[in-house]
Amino acid sequence: MGAIQPKIGEPVSDELALVQAAKSGDVSAFEDLVKRYDRNVFRIAQHITQNREDAEDVVQDAFLKAYSNLEQFQGQSKFYTWLVRIAVNEALMKLRRRRPERMVSLDEEVKTEEDSMPREVADWSPNPEQQYSQAELKDILGKTIQGLPPSFRTVFVLRDVEGLSTEETAEALELSVPAVKSRLLRARLQLRERLSRYFKKRESGDGKP
Amino acid sequence: MKCSEFLQELTNYLDGVMDDRTKAELEGHLAWCHNCYVVCDTTKKTIEIYRDSQLYELPDDLRTRLRSAIVAKCQARKKNGPETT
Repeated sequence: MGAIQPKIGEPVSDELALVQAAKSGDVSAFEDLVKRYDRNVFRIAQHITQNREDAEDVVQDAFLKAYSNLEQFQGQSKFYTWLVRIAVNEALMKLRRRRPERMVSLDEEVKTEEDSMPREVADWSPNPEQQYSQAELKDILGKTIQGLPPSFRTVFVLRDVEGLSTEETAEALELSVPAVKSRLLRARLQLRERLSRYFKKRESGDGKP
Repeated sequence: MKCSEFLQELTNYLDGVMDDRTKAELEGHLAWCHNCYVVCDTTKKTIEIYRDSQLYELPDDLRTRLRSAIVAKCQARKKNGPETT
């Protein structure tokens, strides 16, 4: 069983030039940066807030904050990692405003009832994607990830959906590398456990061919 | 190797970040432990299914609208000078 293949990102060689141009007031250069990353920021925001309107606000607020604070971007990290950090903070603020009764923090170690020990070990049907329509599948995936604590789903989304490295994820979330790894492992295992309830092979002998 | 030890290394194994010796030990465990094989395989599928899902894609019309709003606000800030946030 091989390692998972990372998504190949777009080349970033011209990115610093765009950032420099935007810093000196070229709004169209900044627009190019928006075009490059707006989809990613929207996905991250929607995953964290689980609310479409909030995600739209986060996209706007994050890019405006980035534009206003471009001077502070020193180029030690990738522009994208810096932007993700701003977007995650904006999204968490939305979440806290909407759910003030619940503590939302990324640097707190979360203990959940279902932790890492797998209980469901039935194999999956060979093509779970074909068991359901696109819409049904999206519904399952959305509901499943929604049930995870925000700190787990944020790490999972940055690492596994958006393809940031462990180090970049740690930087974007201001967490240590071991903390990212620990949350990632638990997020992956909990999602697997929950998806198994849908995708496990049906026992034969139920009368169906 | 115990199953719990295997699980602790699962993320490193799936990400391909480990030395050859640890990798060989893990694959040795996978060769005989069916449960860990299934957990490893379905965890990998979990990651792939989310990565390929196009969950929460930004629709084109909304994308255009958001981008225009962002650019307009950036232009305004440029004109009015930096704003303290």
